[in-house]
Amino acid sequence: MMLELDGVGFGYRSHPVLDGVSFSVEPDEFVAILGPNGVGKTTLLRCLNALLRPGAGSVLLDGREVLAMSRPAIAREMAYVSQRTEPTRMTAFDTVLLGRRPHIGFGITGRDLAITEAILRRLDLSALALRYLDEMSGGELQKVAIARALVQEPRVLLLDEPTSSLDLKNQLEILGLVREIVREHRIAALMTMHDLNLALRFADRFILMKEGAIHAAGGPEVVTAEAIGSVYGVPVTVEQCRGCRVVVPCV
Amino acid sequence: MHLDLPAEPIAPGYAGYLRGKRLFLGGCLALLGILVCVSVSVGSVMIPVPEVVAALFAGRPGDASTIIWNIRLPRVLAACVAGAGLAVAGGVMQSVLRNPLSSPYTLGISHAAGFGAAVAITVFGAGTLSAHLEDAVVVRNPYLVTLCAFVAAMAATGALLAIARTRSSQPEVMVLVGVAVAALFTAGTTFLQYFSSADQVAAIVFWTFGDVGRASWSDLAVLTAVVLPCTAWFLLSRWDYNALDAGDETARSLGVHAERVRVTGMLLSSLITAVVVSFLGIIGFIGLLGPHMVRRLIGDDQRFLLPASFLVGAIILLVSDTLARLVLAPVVLPVGILTAFFGAPLFLYLIVQGYRR
Repeated sequence: MMLELDGVGFGYRSHPVLDGVSFSVEPDEFVAILGPNGVGKTTLLRCLNALLRPGAGSVLLDGREVLAMSRPAIAREMAYVSQRTEPTRMTAFDTVLLGRRPHIGFGITGRDLAITEAILRRLDLSALALRYLDEMSGGELQKVAIARALVQEPRVLLLDEPTSSLDLKNQLEILGLVREIVREHRIAALMTMHDLNLALRFADRFILMKEGAIHAAGGPEVVTAEAIGSVYGVPVTVEQCRGCRVVVPCV
Repeated sequence: MHLDLPAEPIAPGYAGYLRGKRLFLGGCLALLGILVCVSVSVGSVMIPVPEVVAALFAGRPGDASTIIWNIRLPRVLAACVAGAGLAVAGGVMQSVLRNPLSSPYTLGISHAAGFGAAVAITVFGAGTLSAHLEDAVVVRNPYLVTLCAFVAAMAATGALLAIARTRSSQPEVMVLVGVAVAALFTAGTTFLQYFSSADQVAAIVFWTFGDVGRASWSDLAVLTAVVLPCTAWFLLSRWDYNALDAGDETARSLGVHAERVRVTGMLLSSLITAVVVSFLGIIGFIGLLGPHMVRRLIGDDQRFLLPASFLVGAIILLVSDTLARLVLAPVVLPVGILTAFFGAPLFLYLIVQGYRR
């Protein structure tokens, strides 16, 4: 049991968003958090690394309370890829190097540079290393953001809708990459996602959320036509197509 | 997480890229050194550069040496320190407010500091006003003046930070807030003028022009004692500013206390503004010109942007002041007038061209 949530609740002012969310994640797992807009997917993701502080419940990482850890200590364990990456006038190399921030003491070391270099090569970004972010495509930008998260050497990777602004090829590439990294490095990844078919194709476990609480959680078998119909309020069928489970709306 | 680190650590291109930026910094430093010598040599009495160097480094006595040490050098160094401080403060404000149009002047913090200093001088009697333009204001108690300037600057900064938080600070909104803050504090200064004698009005107006010529060696010492430690702090926080540039959410997920970095950055840059305004008056646009010239040349990486802004700010104010002494010689223009002539068109250019971010 690496990451464990117990009864996490969160509200903006008096308006409750999350209510008693509990689940656990093992290393090696790629988890998709699914549910309609406004159900609290992103809020849940942000509660995991204390970007938001839950009003109730606890988040444990290897039995340690995440909410009691310092911000740099959390950043050494968990990395977060936000939905939008700012296209600033920084080179890809410097942007990725910034991911070493939680480990940097007074100045950067050879090891920081070596890790940055290794990740850039791993993600096939070497050719773009000295290009400015404001000259990159959406797919390249997203890969740089993931590279920045990976040089943090996290044990948990959090991704907020990592494919929302990408084309089909980039969607497949980015999610394939995350899955490979999860397997290679035995880390856990959690992502929020709107595209059910993409999630079914790449994730190992699924958390279906409804009204700020978990409706169903588990392997691919929990993503049933009934569950989706109930969570999204849209009748669907789930069919097999070329070995993949595919969700098709019946409207 | 396990990674196989490459045998040859850094991409060769990256090393060359860093070398280019370091070269830029070195070039700026060398240029500044040359400009200091040139600027000391020109004026109503022209002193040849070799003689300047001899007086500065060999300590050769004589008339030239007296002019250099008593008149020219404090002025030149004040231009360097004030220019560097304002530019680095502007760079930090642009980063922490995530707003390329921020600077001590455009956000009205300079005007607030000016009002605070005027209060100290007229109400608390921390300085003497006289009608002689060469020496319009003698600050008798620099600490009180700086303190009042700082308190007023902090009031403006507090308002800016509060609004930045609620309105997610689109650049235009922040500049409009700056206009409002500037108008408010200018009105305050005008209020003080209304109850002053005609001579005092002239003196206050003259004082707000901004002139590096009124710095004495002891003023310079206080300026340096504020600007250098603040800059050192900014440079130590360079990775935090880089993280803030990537967005608050990303910064916090990288372990940076975004709000703390923002408040500290604004506090220290307001302190720099306050102390510069207290001693030299309001000098506009350096905080905008310096960082933006550097951005165009070497990009947004704060590791290089901040030190380069520091040097380029010093160069800009030094060149402006040298020109201000020469264009209408023997009349010496206050440098604030000249920087406004340079700065206002740049400001318009940034708006028309579309600023980044």
